[in-house]
Order: sequence, then structure tokens, then C-alpha cells
Amino acid sequence: MKHHLLSSADLNREDAVLVLDTAAELLSLADRPIKKLPTLRGRTVVNLFFEDSTRTRISFEAAAKRLSADVINFSAKGSSVSKGESLKDTALTLEAMGADAVVIRHGSSGAPHRLANSGWVRSSVVNAGDGTHEHPTQALLDAFTMRKHLGDLDGRRVTIVGDVLHSRVARSNALLLSTLGAEVTLVAPPTLLPVGVDTWPVQTSYDLDSALDKCDAVMMLRVQAERMNAAFFPSAREYSRRYGLDDRRFRRLPEHAIVMHPGPMNRGMEISADVADSARSVIVEQVTNGVAVRMAVLYLLLSGADLSRTDLPELDSTKAEVVS
Amino acid sequence: MSSASRSHDHPATAREVLDASDISRALTRIAHEILERNKGSANVILLGIPTRGVALAARIAAVMASVEAAEIPAGSLDITMYRDDLRLHPARALEPTDIPSGGIDDAVVVLIDDVLFSGRTIRAALDAINDVGRPAAVQLAVLVDRGHRQLPIRADFVGKNLPTSLSETVRVTLREYDDSDAVLISHTNVSRSSS
Repeated sequence: MKHHLLSSADLNREDAVLVLDTAAELLSLADRPIKKLPTLRGRTVVNLFFEDSTRTRISFEAAAKRLSADVINFSAKGSSVSKGESLKDTALTLEAMGADAVVIRHGSSGAPHRLANSGWVRSSVVNAGDGTHEHPTQALLDAFTMRKHLGDLDGRRVTIVGDVLHSRVARSNALLLSTLGAEVTLVAPPTLLPVGVDTWPVQTSYDLDSALDKCDAVMMLRVQAERMNAAFFPSAREYSRRYGLDDRRFRRLPEHAIVMHPGPMNRGMEISADVADSARSVIVEQVTNGVAVRMAVLYLLLSGADLSRTDLPELDSTKAEVVS
Repeated sequence: MSSASRSHDHPATAREVLDASDISRALTRIAHEILERNKGSANVILLGIPTRGVALAARIAAVMASVEAAEIPAGSLDITMYRDDLRLHPARALEPTDIPSGGIDDAVVVLIDDVLFSGRTIRAALDAINDVGRPAAVQLAVLVDRGHRQLPIRADFVGKNLPTSLSETVRVTLREYDDSDAVLISHTNVSRSSS
């Protein structure tokens, strides 16, 4: 594996399968009386969250703690960021504290890439969601959940429905699932498909009903009201009627198909409450699997000397001053 | 140590120390010794250390089951996350851990590995067991003890004591994974660090 996990595109098929297989072994840890492994003892993982998050931050924190790493939580609220500290200065502080991994969520697309490639820090950088760009560990846990229910993903049909334009989950899933051999169909109103989606390894459709009959998994995306700064659809009710997963559409899904949602859900908007709570909905299980997948990612990135890696960035001079 | 014993030498340079029937006899004797020591099979659980220890555990369990006419629980215990050399090598893929249902609390756990070398794998296995439960006792059975211990660890049941030099490599092949059953010893020019 590479030194960082910034995008689902960083993972080739071999790496992705390694993460998923490792996660499968780590999942059994949840049934043990002692849910802890000594593997990352003495390593420090910093959760650097510039954007609100419940499940991702808790999930990363639980994963790091179960591997015995020390966890430092940093959220922008109540930190020096609110006094105007830049990402760079924050990063230099973290480096001076000796962080081995930085898990970053940021409202700006590309912030994790900047952190990883600027020479500010030597630690591994894990993207926990950046703007409308990517959220690779969410894609890994989605793929993990699908693999558990459907087996090998080769040739499986996955339909991703909703606000693709603002969704980092959709982009990461599209890349990862096609790496794993699945056929991905994105369904969204024309206004909520990003420019350049024709270059993605996916099919697109504006009609949900026609995409449901043959799919093995359907993933509903949250309508991100906080990122909606223009009128992308006429009304919430119309969106819900055309692109929401209600009972009628749910009954048309094949018997074995599973329903997924990255959370948090808008019940009654993109997914009806009955569907969200049905037996074929794996939404709660996704959260459980998230811890195992993030443990696998941290283990594979942090444990072990990476003998293949000769491109460790030289730290820039400002960095050296901070250390000394 | 299974990993240290795997080499990529040319097979022509390897000398066979145990053949298939030797291995079969050794495992049968170990099975009887386990039963003798524990006065039967009640409360005994076999845990093989991946990869080859798992197959050995299954074979020993089969012999014990035919002697005792009772089912012998056998599973596997991955020790990767407990290794003391994780920082020295690239991250390894995990092997399956399969603890027999009912757990190991208050049972006699017999750890089974192919080659006992530095003792570090067993140290890691003892740590791993500690996190799974609290057995009444832990015993150790190995097919080959090649010496050169780096920790105060000894085996309770040994298939064959094999005096070796550090420049030699011991390799166990089992038909579950390889072409045939054999224990091979070969010379390596580079002295290998134990794992």
C-alpha cells in the first residue's frame, strides 16, 4: 500500500482486496471479551476534523484505540483555527508533536492532498472526507458490507442514487467499486450530476425506476441541504417522489438486493422510514463494519516498515525550525 | 517459526529429514502424548498457528478423535498483530483466527506449530491467547524443534528434535498446502535473522 490514503484511486485491486480481507479478520474482534490489539502501541493518530462529523470521527477513534494507538482529537471549533490559524501552521504543530498518522476531514476538496504532499508533515495522511471530492474509507466500508452480503463484487450491479454532485461518497464508491469489478450506475436529476461524470467508470441515468430491477445493491445518498446554494430541484416533495426509495420502489428490488445509506439519513426525503428500518437495510451494519475497515487501513498504513518507499518527502526549512 | 523456515532455495540443495510416514508417526505419537498428559481429551482444545500449524492441529485432532471416540475442538490462532517485529517488515496480511465455539476459558489449550525456533511466535501466541480468554493451562506441540531459542520457551510435545546451525533453513511442506508431506533442511549462505 501507499503511504497515504487520499483517494479510492490510490488503491489498485490488490490493495483494496487486502484492506477488505484484513477488515474481515478484524471484524471478529468485536465478539471478543477484550476488543483490543497491541499492534499500534506507541503510535499516535491525530483526528483532524475541520468539519462536523459524528460517525466518521468516532469510528476512526474507536479503530485507532482498538489497535492501541494514542488518539488526539482535534476539531476546528474551540481550537486556534477559530483564531485564524492556517492549515499549514496546524500541520506543523502536529508534526512537532510526532503524529504517525493524520486523519483529516476538511470542507475544501484537496486539503488532505495538500497536507500529504506539501512536506509539512511526515505522517501518513488518511482522507476522512474532503469537500465534495472523496471519502475513501466510506467507500471501503460500503464495499466491505456489499462483499459480506453479496460475495465477490465482480459483475455485481450497484445503483447509487441522489446528490452525486455534492457527494464525496459517490465519487469514492464509483472509483473503488469499478476497481473491484462492479458495474456502477449513478442515478440523479440532471442538475445533481457533476460536470465530467462521463469520464468516470460508471453509467448514468435520470430515471430511478428503470435502474432498480436488476441491481444487487442500492445506495441512497443524503440530500446535502448545507451545500445546496442554488435551486437544484423544484421542491423537496418532487425530489422525494422521483428519486426517493419508498415502499413501492423497495418492493421492485430483487430479493437479495441490499439497501445502503452512508448516513446521516433524511428519513422521508431520499429514503422512507419503513425502508430504512427493513431487514434488507444494512445501514446500521455499515457503521459496525466501518470500525473494522478503518482498523485495517490504519494497520496497513502504520504498522511495518514500508521497504518500497524511497520517496519520503524532505521536510522544508520552516518545518525544521519548528522541530528545533 | 514458520516464517523463518520458509525459504526460496533451490529444492536440489534441500535434504529431507522426515518423510510423509515419519510425519504421520510423529503426529500420532504427539496425539497420544497429549491424551496421556491430560488424562483424556475432555477440556482439551487444539489451536494451530497459521499457516501450517492449522493443518497439523486438524491432523492431530483427527488422531485424538479416533482414539477417544469423541470430537476434539481444533481451531486456528493468528498471531500477526502480536508479533514483535511488525515495524521491521512491510505490513502483513492477516491469517484467519478461528476459536472453537465455547471459547477457551478454563480449557487446556494446546498450541500447535510446525517449527519451533526463536520462540518469538509462541510468545506472541501467548499474548494473543491472553486477549481471547483465560485457559486453565497452555501447552505447546511442535513438529520440529530446531533449537536456537531467544526466549525462555520450551515445547511440551516435540515431533523431532533437529539440531541445526543458524545458517540452515528448515522447511515443512504439508499436502494441504504443498505437493507432499516432508521436513526439509537446506543451507543458506546469508545468515537469516529469526522472526
